[in-house]
Amino acid sequence: MSGDHSDAAIARRVRRLETLLEEKGVLTGARLDEIIDAFVTGATPANGARVVARAWTDPAYKARLLSDGTAAVRELGYMKGGYERLRVVENTENAHNVIVCTLCSCYPLFLLGPSPSWYKSEAYRSRVVRDPRAVLAEFGLHLPADTRITVWDSSAETRYMVLPRRPADTEGLSEEQLAALVTRNALIGTAAL
Amino acid sequence: MPDRFAAGTRVRTFPYDPPHHTRLPRYARGKPGVVVEPEERAPLADLSAQGRADAPVEQVYAVRFAARDLWGEGDHHVVLDLWESYLEEVPDER
Repeated sequence: MSGDHSDAAIARRVRRLETLLEEKGVLTGARLDEIIDAFVTGATPANGARVVARAWTDPAYKARLLSDGTAAVRELGYMKGGYERLRVVENTENAHNVIVCTLCSCYPLFLLGPSPSWYKSEAYRSRVVRDPRAVLAEFGLHLPADTRITVWDSSAETRYMVLPRRPADTEGLSEEQLAALVTRNALIGTAAL
Repeated sequence: MPDRFAAGTRVRTFPYDPPHHTRLPRYARGKPGVVVEPEERAPLADLSAQGRADAPVEQVYAVRFAARDLWGEGDHHVVLDLWESYLEEVPDER
């Protein structure tokens, strides 16, 4: 177990749950530490950015990413042993995608890191399915009137990530330089690059 | 087991309010949609959330809804991941 819990009620509850999970043989403490380590040290939007930069520079990889997201990100070492399925949705000149979880806060943590607090807010969750164009405008993303918008509401075990459009005038950049241009909000679909 | 609904199948979600957890949001109850693709197979969350070990493993589908059908207005689409038993096929009207 990690040793830095505070005495807040939620921390006591978590400790009690951990104890029960171990007593009932559901999980060992070592396995739990592994999972927490993978989340804390391994989960960052830099992972999603690396996947995007590879897709921008390698058309065959991009095709695999769009047809089977889980297998394609495993090639780069992500989602090993995870039970979730990944679906990557591509933004184009005429089509824009944005992700949400209206029932709770499902999110591709392993590729995007911990989710921002607004992603979990009732305002975002309830409004983006109803009027995505207005919500995106509040993020500063003003889409042309003829852009088709699809909102992906993760209600089961699939997690979604957006493949943003590659910015103009980036032909000379390396994969690493391209990855540095990709923001977390672009991977959610609330920003363009 | 073959998937019951192929991509492109027109479906409708169940319209009622179950007395337990479900992953069909209220805004998409009793609504017409079109299957985008079969996804994974997963235990039915409505039963597994009740701690039941006998939850059937069902095919889950990505289903696309038009904003106009969900809200009466709007030109966007919403895609939800829905268990097979949430859906029934809508007969072709032609």
